[in-house]
Amino acid sequence: MSDTLSTATKPPQNPLWNAILTALDLLLRGRAFFALIAIIITFSILSPRYFTLGNMLIMTNHVAIFGLLAIGMLLVILNGGIDLSVGSTLALSGVFAGFLMQGVELTGLGVVLYFPVWAVVLMTLALGGFVGAVNGVLIAFLKVPAFVATLGTLYVARGVALLMTNGLTFNNLSGRAEYGNTGFDWLGFNRIAGVPVGVYVMFTVAIAVTFLLMRTSFGRWLYASGGNMRAAELSGVPVKRVQISVYVLSGMCAAIAGLVLSSQLTSAGPTAGNTYELTAIAAVVIGGAALTGGRGTVLGTLLGAFVIGFLSNGLVIIGVSSYWQTVFTGAVIVLSVLLNSIQYGRPGSRS
Amino acid sequence: MTAPAPDASAPDLENVVMAARHVAKSYGAVKALKGVNFDIHRGQVTTLFGENGAGKSTLMKILSGVIQPSSGEIIFEGQPVTLQSTIDAQALGISIIHQELSLAPNLNVRDNIFLGREISGPSGVDFAEEDRQTRRLMAELQEDIDPRTPVEHLRLGQQQLVEIARALSVNSRVLIMDEPTSALSASEVDVLFKVIRDLTARGVSIVYISHHLEEALQITDHAVVLRDGAMTAYAPRADIDLEWIVRHMVGKNFNLGSPPTGHTMGSAALSIRELTVVDSHSGQNVVDGLSLDVASGEVVCIYGLMGAGRTELMECVAGRLRPASGHVLLHGRPVDGLTIAQRIRAGLALVPEDRQRDGLVQTMSVGRNLSLASISDFTRGFLTQLSAERRIITRTIKDVTVKTDGPDAAIGSLSGGNQQKVVIGKMLATGPSVLLLDEPSRGIDIGAKAEVFGLLADRAKTGLAVLFSTSEVSECLSIAHRIIVMRRGRIVAEFTHDATKEQIMAASGESLVA
Repeated sequence: MSDTLSTATKPPQNPLWNAILTALDLLLRGRAFFALIAIIITFSILSPRYFTLGNMLIMTNHVAIFGLLAIGMLLVILNGGIDLSVGSTLALSGVFAGFLMQGVELTGLGVVLYFPVWAVVLMTLALGGFVGAVNGVLIAFLKVPAFVATLGTLYVARGVALLMTNGLTFNNLSGRAEYGNTGFDWLGFNRIAGVPVGVYVMFTVAIAVTFLLMRTSFGRWLYASGGNMRAAELSGVPVKRVQISVYVLSGMCAAIAGLVLSSQLTSAGPTAGNTYELTAIAAVVIGGAALTGGRGTVLGTLLGAFVIGFLSNGLVIIGVSSYWQTVFTGAVIVLSVLLNSIQYGRPGSRS
Repeated sequence: MTAPAPDASAPDLENVVMAARHVAKSYGAVKALKGVNFDIHRGQVTTLFGENGAGKSTLMKILSGVIQPSSGEIIFEGQPVTLQSTIDAQALGISIIHQELSLAPNLNVRDNIFLGREISGPSGVDFAEEDRQTRRLMAELQEDIDPRTPVEHLRLGQQQLVEIARALSVNSRVLIMDEPTSALSASEVDVLFKVIRDLTARGVSIVYISHHLEEALQITDHAVVLRDGAMTAYAPRADIDLEWIVRHMVGKNFNLGSPPTGHTMGSAALSIRELTVVDSHSGQNVVDGLSLDVASGEVVCIYGLMGAGRTELMECVAGRLRPASGHVLLHGRPVDGLTIAQRIRAGLALVPEDRQRDGLVQTMSVGRNLSLASISDFTRGFLTQLSAERRIITRTIKDVTVKTDGPDAAIGSLSGGNQQKVVIGKMLATGPSVLLLDEPSRGIDIGAKAEVFGLLADRAKTGLAVLFSTSEVSECLSIAHRIIVMRRGRIVAEFTHDATKEQIMAASGESLVA
């Protein structure tokens, strides 16, 4: 390995060539950023309605849902795993929140309990964390492959959401003043300084997770155990705890996304978030994370989510058919994985 | 020396089927082979002797097309040839049985033997013909294995025989066997030797590599000894004996240091009591009721062949494997039941054998690898203190003299020796009082070895208890105060620094008939 490194990275002497290589390297490393810039410029030229404050905010609000899922997904992918259940967990969380907002009737006592919104939010987060914990225990202790374990949870969570609503949708989420449970719609509907609350939620989670990754021992454990679990374990990293934690955090991110989405729509349906897990994985990959684990950043993942969101919105605005949108999105994903393998496949970057 | 070494001249066409001339191979700064000349004798067994890291496997991989030499040429039947891949080599009738088995465990014996060379019939693969040929091969090897048995259901020794059967099935002209007997029982070895004699009688040329010296002497017709990537001796069987091989294998001592003196040894830092570890696959005791004390400031070396149980012993003491019975005490206090992290905090650290698989995180920088085991030392509350981390990294880089462009360099940019220093430095940064090192010299060059041993000797002087394992006898007689010889999970002999290499090798079973 090391001899190929020394020969392959021998720099050519030509300074112009070196400058081109440096520029290409920069382009490769910042590809998600440059892709986003290119998308914004292209669609701004094609449509005057694209680059307006209003449209930017609408798009960002839309991106927030995928961004939240993708941040949770990033943690799992950094650990070398995958979480297919986030779309279903999103729906289950939304339905669960809707169920709590309708009031819980205790049949034996003839009482209907109405929870304040903060309690609904906390219980929904706990549910998301619970779904993640089930995934984590299946994977870390029962050695079920992550793909299969979370595929199972994908079905179970979706099924439970359908059972809870009998396939229908909770529409009445606004609560009533006399029960003291109003304000649920604030999360997705309201704006602070013109910016939707969901966008603030996404950026708050992004900053918190960035902090978790960069400045806590948990972050270091995560990068180490994703890069080489055996080496991390022998260095004293509690690898199983880390593995369970990432799925719990991913489940909680999905729950937050579920809350924001049902608040945005002021309704909670059991079919929400179908195939969103795939969009979240795509965002993480476009953001430069390695599916083998150990490499990736929150910033890259957010950029990935923005690339997908801004691209599909742009295509809608210029009137491209939704069939073509699907094709374009797929092409972007394949291209970014291709670039990932160029970046990480370079000699010496991995044995 | 009783016969001249093959020189630069062209090989003797009549007796030599294949030859290497001035073959060299470098991995970065490490020279695995330094211009070796090697002749494979037609219809005879040529055995290659040498310690681990002498370059035997590298030479064999070059001859079988697995890797390409950095320089030099390969001559086959008098013609220079270029072997770009194993397919090129197979086309010439050269096949290799690797030390590490290369079978697909999920496929059955027949499919493994014909993998990639399936026999086509009128309707797809002719399984009946493949079955028939497999049965014939198995009969030849006197092994009653059904061709339809999945390989994963076979004992390791039987898997080895399947590997041998596969090599036989291609009608090789040159067959390279790299440690073919390491997993075989004594009776299986007898059968294998009979097969080898049949093959040579049919004109097949065999290259044989083994650590079991006397066993190899039974079968070989020619002996070639490699040391540190160069050929040190060459002779036909009639002119040599065991003593000749050992003398040329280990050669003069490169100075790997001597046991540190001038400090007082403390009480037992590490005590192992009646420790037994059971292998989960075979159900055998890989460590068998072993007891050992290592004092503060003492350096103890464990010598043993592959499979002697050294790795399992160390991994069990470090907390990775659960013992079936027995205890481990650190400064008199039991550590049984503690996790790896808790043992590290208590002062017990392991430098694992395979640094790529168990030692390094390839996706992280040199600095982050170095600080990985001491994260808690630079974490205040929830937050990591980056300046404190930097201090630990800078100090460790200096302590273990890692040659690197800086803490942010990619770990893959370092040479093997420097990577090993990173793994050792990572564990030393935790401030251990007992350091276990499993084959710390594996795959690093002689200069780096001397540096690593010097480092350990210095630490021992300040009170560190060092327990390291090795499979190279010359390393036993370096910095170790005591040498423990392990065989089949037990301590079979104990020596002081005055022991001879021959004594140590004899105790390990290396020079005994299997």
